[in-house]
Amino acid sequence: MPMTITEKILADHAGLPEVVPGQLITAKLDLVLANDVTGPIAIREFAKFGVEKVFDAGKVALVPDHFTPNKDIASAEQAKLMREFAREQQIEHYWEIGRVGIEHCLLPEQGVTLPGDMIIGADSHTCTYGALGAFATGVGSTDCAAGLATGEGWFKVPESMKFVFHGTKFQPWVSGKDLILYLIGKIGVDGARYRAMEFAGDGIAALSMAGRFTMCNMAIEAGGKNGIIAADEKTAAYLEGRARRPYKVFGSDTEARYAEIMEFEVSEIPLQVALPHLPENTKSVEETAGIKLDQVVIGSCTNGRIEDLRVAAEILRGRKIHPELRALIFPGTQEIYRQAMREGLLDIFLEAGAAVSTPTCGPCLGGHMGILAKGEKALATTNRNFVGRMGHPESEVYLSGPAVAAASAVRGEISHPGEVVGNG
Amino acid sequence: MGKAWKFGHDIDTDVIIPARYLNRSEPEYLAAHCMEDADAGFARGVKAGDVIVGGKNFGCGSSREHAPLAIKASGVQAVVAESFARIFYRNALNIGLPILECPEAVAGIEAGDEVEIEPVSGKITNLTRKTSFQAMPFPLFMRELIAAGGLVPYVRGRLKNA
Repeated sequence: MPMTITEKILADHAGLPEVVPGQLITAKLDLVLANDVTGPIAIREFAKFGVEKVFDAGKVALVPDHFTPNKDIASAEQAKLMREFAREQQIEHYWEIGRVGIEHCLLPEQGVTLPGDMIIGADSHTCTYGALGAFATGVGSTDCAAGLATGEGWFKVPESMKFVFHGTKFQPWVSGKDLILYLIGKIGVDGARYRAMEFAGDGIAALSMAGRFTMCNMAIEAGGKNGIIAADEKTAAYLEGRARRPYKVFGSDTEARYAEIMEFEVSEIPLQVALPHLPENTKSVEETAGIKLDQVVIGSCTNGRIEDLRVAAEILRGRKIHPELRALIFPGTQEIYRQAMREGLLDIFLEAGAAVSTPTCGPCLGGHMGILAKGEKALATTNRNFVGRMGHPESEVYLSGPAVAAASAVRGEISHPGEVVGNG
Repeated sequence: MGKAWKFGHDIDTDVIIPARYLNRSEPEYLAAHCMEDADAGFARGVKAGDVIVGGKNFGCGSSREHAPLAIKASGVQAVVAESFARIFYRNALNIGLPILECPEAVAGIEAGDEVEIEPVSGKITNLTRKTSFQAMPFPLFMRELIAAGGLVPYVRGRLKNA
């Protein structure tokens, strides 16, 4: 029977010749991850299973990235609890501050997440790894704990939706972020609820790995169970020298069945901004131009990769951040940070008057490092603009890609990059 | 039996329990801030046995299990919604917080109504308006999970029998 890439990976890990949507399966896990917010609860629940050791210390990643560097005593205690568990269990994939990065930037970079993998993570943006052609989905701490104890998880095989992006003539500055925001604007924040979101077409093939990570990262913002892009030669090139073990490449059969297929022309997709308080409230940047901002955040698991920083630097080079605005830049990992330094991007940011931080999830979830006061507005390259997401419940978050964010930081209001650098 | 607290569509886990409280995970602490950014009076006013009634896509966003933990520890006996976001749905079942999917009940319950819930059968009764509703039944596997008292006892049982 023809299957989608998602169905094939699930069948492979369930030890079944085939699976169909709706089927309940138990699947073997290649990786189980948690962070300093979800990890402590998972560790607490793990202790209740009556097993001494995690199923495989080489298939667990514990990433202290949310409230780190520790923002206060309570978060230091949470980080400590996870650190002690990692040491006691001899967890292979654990990093301390100074080596750690934002989990969904770090694990692919370190070659821990690979095509064909079956991954669960106690973080909703675990779906990011689908960009490598893996099945990866977010779960809660108790599911994570069960995964740690047994190396397995239960899953309902999702129906798949296919989103085909045609063409490679992107409008200037348009990135993967604009494609995914545009799509969420079309289908809504529950438009892919419980479903697999498969991205395909020459538009997707044309995207850098960074753009693909951004798209799969935000599958959860449409309610998706996973986002997925079949691995190709770009994926292989990205994994060259990174992959820590052999991997298996899957692809959808041409006759695979989809609950829905939607097609888009990339040339028709303009730069996007999502207005408060849902990622589905998207408009073109022109329609939102002129909204005054107090803060711009560039970074996060959605847009904290070197390609994102290069775009921001291209716009900020030789320019200044608006005097009434704070611009905060968060490289996703130490490696990205160093690369940005080598390329002179950090100089550009500092010269412009932006703050550059060590990698952390920090402001994206309203944790620390850039919290908004009552009534303040921020434009961020992050993934959520819910009520209170970045601070006070009466603050506002707008979402965009790095080009619009950098241009808006210069002008102090939401702006098309063409307004800053010209439309050449 | 308890009072209904009604909320709209797409209630995300950030408003159920804002990230500024995620530096701790004790259920009682989380309960003290439950629903804070949607209704600042909720945590003070909620009583044991009360019911949360939400629209579509309840619990969307972050995978934080702190959200169903906060609701459960606040004394809420069940959440009734038109539909649930996937991770929240799993988390609630895993920790033993009853959730019922029933658009008709959501339409037929107003804030402050007295509501009675039978989580196993899925029967929802609005005592104030003298109406009753039947929620979507759970698949067999999930009924077993619920009967075991959540994922931890369920997996413990399986590990013991292995």
